[in-house]
Amino acid sequence: MAKIVFKRPKYLKQAVFHYCPGCGHSIIHRLVAEVIEELDIGERVIGVPPAGCAVLAYNYLDVDMGEAAHGRAAAVATGIKRALPDRVVFTYQGDGDIAAIGTAETIHAANRGENVTVIFVNNGVYGMTGGQMAPTTLLGQDSTTTPGGRKSSRDGAPLDLSQMLTITQGSTYIERTAVNSVKNIQQTKKAIKKAFQVQLENLGFSMVEILSPCPTNWKLQPTEACKWVEEEMTKIFPIKILKDEIDRRRIDRSSSAKTQG
Amino acid sequence: MKNNKTLMRGSHIIAETAVRAGCRFYAGYPITPQNELTEYMASVMDKTEHGTFIQAESELAAVNMVIGAAMTGTRAMTSSSSPGVSLKQEGISFLAAQELPAVIVNTMRGGPGLGNIAPSQSDYFQATRGGGHGDYRTIVLAPATSQEMVDLTQKAFSYADLYRTPVMLLADGMLGQMMEPVELSEPIKLSDLPAKNWVLDGARNRPSRIIKSLLLDPVIEEELNWKLVRKYQVISEKIPAAETYLVEDARLVLIAYGTAARIAKGAIKKAREQGLKIGLCRPLTLWPFPKQILSALEQAGKEFLVFEMSTGQMLEDVQLALCKRDRIHFYGRPGGIVSTPDEIFKEAVALYYRQQLDRG
Repeated sequence: MAKIVFKRPKYLKQAVFHYCPGCGHSIIHRLVAEVIEELDIGERVIGVPPAGCAVLAYNYLDVDMGEAAHGRAAAVATGIKRALPDRVVFTYQGDGDIAAIGTAETIHAANRGENVTVIFVNNGVYGMTGGQMAPTTLLGQDSTTTPGGRKSSRDGAPLDLSQMLTITQGSTYIERTAVNSVKNIQQTKKAIKKAFQVQLENLGFSMVEILSPCPTNWKLQPTEACKWVEEEMTKIFPIKILKDEIDRRRIDRSSSAKTQG
Repeated sequence: MKNNKTLMRGSHIIAETAVRAGCRFYAGYPITPQNELTEYMASVMDKTEHGTFIQAESELAAVNMVIGAAMTGTRAMTSSSSPGVSLKQEGISFLAAQELPAVIVNTMRGGPGLGNIAPSQSDYFQATRGGGHGDYRTIVLAPATSQEMVDLTQKAFSYADLYRTPVMLLADGMLGQMMEPVELSEPIKLSDLPAKNWVLDGARNRPSRIIKSLLLDPVIEEELNWKLVRKYQVISEKIPAAETYLVEDARLVLIAYGTAARIAKGAIKKAREQGLKIGLCRPLTLWPFPKQILSALEQAGKEFLVFEMSTGQMLEDVQLALCKRDRIHFYGRPGGIVSTPDEIFKEAVALYYRQQLDRG
């Protein structure tokens, strides 16, 4: 009998993705579903998708999902996690959602060290509304509200929210990855898994920012979009671990346990 | 009989009663004149099993944290005062759409804008007309005494759970600050509450659940709206409540709620001493508005004087409830001015003689 090497993850519904050809969301959904299955947390995980292309994540991920208003995912996730501390809570947010309208909620959830995991999909535009400028849109990048390209004098420069979050005391693990190549997809899965593991160990706020192609709004072919991620986006948003205090938190944890004991 | 009464501040009564009514999640943000409620919650939740207190980064975050807690089936509350409640409107619309139970306290202050911190009733429209976007209603309860803050806080949590809808307790700076003797309710057992079969707690031994309000298909969105309407019709039949005071023989009935009703009562007592037949109708539910109670008074031939600490907002509900417009009069003071009983007395007496009610 042939060995099964590729199958639908247990927590991905039998549904056809509505996402545009070449969009990164379908890949990231799959990675999240695979990680949930591998960590065996499908029966205690609760996801929070806010407004944006990814709000429809609940049509695909077969786990409990509670929709948030635009920008409010970190606050809703805080409410869920504090009420049910033994459940695993994650948000799945776009760049406009997390780095513009939801900046305050995100920074303060990270600063409080909320023990939740954030999947932050950065495609440099507002996708669902038709390709307007996002806080992450690159300088010179065309969008429907930056015709002729984003200018710092008028529009401000791209905002690196992940870097900002590293200085919050409560954030434990923040990594930036991409889904534009097989190698990067594999790294993204590792990062997502690590982020969930941080939560499972009660070590604090974890986040993975994923650079994700949006060929439709970038007006590129899918393959060109993947190349653009590599050649342009990573210059401003370098792929790397931005913060990893997992070991330090473990040590803090065990020494405070000793003190209390 | 043992006297179980204690002397407590209004804001503390609401907070303590909420915990006794099973509230285990509170998120708030500082704003005067209701900080005492938030501060009380900060100390009591830490001592309460499974209790959570969060000082949020904004009113918006606070109400959205409450949404998250409500999704898990936890009895949850947030509180604020007028400008802060404006910020919560987004969340209240989502609570209504996602059919989530939660309690929101508005300790009203003078407005619009930043206004002031004096007691006011200027948020009646915002509270009763939905406030946020979309075709929805919010149950609005208006206490006037400390004891009612106990009763209505308990009811707020019961109604929220029963009807899966946000409930607003509408108080004002006076009610929040004043101290009166009160008999607190007995703490409920969380295990006695009916199980909720819709919560998000991880899909163990059941299909996964979604709580959402994005309904891209207008046919489905329309059905949600009609479903909410059917629920609101049930609520409108079941819960309207008002206190009537000396209305039997009254020729003039004052209509007021909350602090304004207490002031009106003072004026009525004085009028009665002088033989003037004046009474009071005091709505306890502002939505649903107790139309039938008012309608019965109209049919009994009474004249009405609506008194509010605003320029006339509940007035419109009275006008909608009654047929004879020329029998409805209004007196109000906005901006955080609290009228004295004498002021209302003079206004009521002038109306009484002007309309020749003494000869009726």
